[in-house]
Amino acid sequence: MNLFADAFAWLADPANWSGAGSIPQRLGEHLWVSAVVLVIAAVIALPVGAWVGHTGRGREPAVMLSGGLRALPTLGVLTLFGTWLGIGLQAPVIALVILAIPPLLAGAYAGFESVDRRTIDAARAMGMRELQIVGKVELPLGLPIVVGGIRSATLQIIATATLAAYIADEGLGRFIFSGLKTRDYAEMLGGSILVILLALVVDGLFALAQRLVVPAGVRATRARELRSGPARSRAAVGQPITEGNQQ
Amino acid sequence: MIEFRGVTKQFPDGTVAVSDVDIVIPPHETTVLVGSSGSGKTTLLRMINRMVDPTGGQVLIDGTDVATVDPVKLRRGIGYVMQNSGLLPHRKVIDNVATVPLLRGESKRAAHARALELLDTVGLDRSLADKYPSQLSGGQQQRVGVARGLAVDPNILLMDEPFGAVDPIVRAELQQELLRLQGELGKTVVFVTHDIDEAFLLGDQVVIMQQGGRISQAASPAEILANPADSFVADFVGADRGKRALHVREVDGRRIVVDADGRPAGVLTS
Repeated sequence: MNLFADAFAWLADPANWSGAGSIPQRLGEHLWVSAVVLVIAAVIALPVGAWVGHTGRGREPAVMLSGGLRALPTLGVLTLFGTWLGIGLQAPVIALVILAIPPLLAGAYAGFESVDRRTIDAARAMGMRELQIVGKVELPLGLPIVVGGIRSATLQIIATATLAAYIADEGLGRFIFSGLKTRDYAEMLGGSILVILLALVVDGLFALAQRLVVPAGVRATRARELRSGPARSRAAVGQPITEGNQQ
Repeated sequence: MIEFRGVTKQFPDGTVAVSDVDIVIPPHETTVLVGSSGSGKTTLLRMINRMVDPTGGQVLIDGTDVATVDPVKLRRGIGYVMQNSGLLPHRKVIDNVATVPLLRGESKRAAHARALELLDTVGLDRSLADKYPSQLSGGQQQRVGVARGLAVDPNILLMDEPFGAVDPIVRAELQQELLRLQGELGKTVVFVTHDIDEAFLLGDQVVIMQQGGRISQAASPAEILANPADSFVADFVGADRGKRALHVREVDGRRIVVDADGRPAGVLTS
């Protein structure tokens, strides 16, 4: 089984690390495409998710939409937009944005929804405006879950951005597709390993970020709960306040 | 002065929480709304700062209909203390207390200085200022809640079962603290509880509410005990039973007061 040895030899070959179509260039393209897709999807999905989580309205459509989008096969969507828009990055970016919206949307509304209704009620009773409640209460408290959504979207984008090479001369997918075409399995496997490593590294960074955004006061609670065992019932969290202006 | 005029609240599902309530809440006194759950007492309280809008009638503060006031401005001028303190878990104690002054545009320095003073006022050590709410005991959290309610020196302080979630010893302590504070500050306090003993202890005026959001009686504790308006009130305050149905018995020439079960409650000294 020399395939892995060949793949690592391909990875180690200095010729593959410089010039046009080199590993650094493809890596850069891959990250760039992923970042563009993430930003576009986040601009669409996060505000909608925040609105759904804040108001509690439109939850059903949001769940259905994100479930429905999840069911779409990205390769099919890519082919569809490819035949329409032609060669280039437009079709893969659209297909990847569609892929990334469900986890972002779900993370955003779950994060905003997770904040204790009594805390929000108190903030409103003190005289916070709705936008202040969103920015000063719901966002900081729900952020770990929102970042969790961004994390899983990013992982999917990076893994699936290989498909961009199907229709455009971009990204680490080039190695996989050209290796497949020329039966250069070392190149193909080497490209795959790069994608996997990139995905793991970026996921690790997001895991770290997810821990860092847990507010200090909330972290203190968790530490105490850990020490004293499951003292507080989770059932009270998210309990709706019924006596209020129903919107 | 807070005045309810023919106030009704019907929720969209048809439940009538408050029905045709007329009541005057005098200034600089404590008015306690008391009743079992479903009596509309919290809804009545939340109409004062427009957390609930009535479906009929008017709520007036010093003659101004609150419906004509921007709810956010209104709430920033009224202290609000709730059960479970309602503190923001991601903010330190001092930032929690300073929340409303900062919302009103005060400088951070002034708001923090005032917050530290308020910790003294409610009997908390200043060293707690940099702790997070989760690091405090239930009683301490509730005191922080009261400090936050007082932060903008409001004329009106709304308290929604503020001592409902703490143990009886701490509750008794907090009740005494509130009496002391009220003696010093003289706010218009509207206090909601389901505990009639708490109502009689704290209230200058006690408003007894029954199912469907109707007021059964509004009077001083002594008047209610002396003249319960109806059998519901008499039953609710327990005027004819238990530790309130006291009578005098002679023991060895001294007059002992005993309750309905015959347990001694005290001695008549005059």
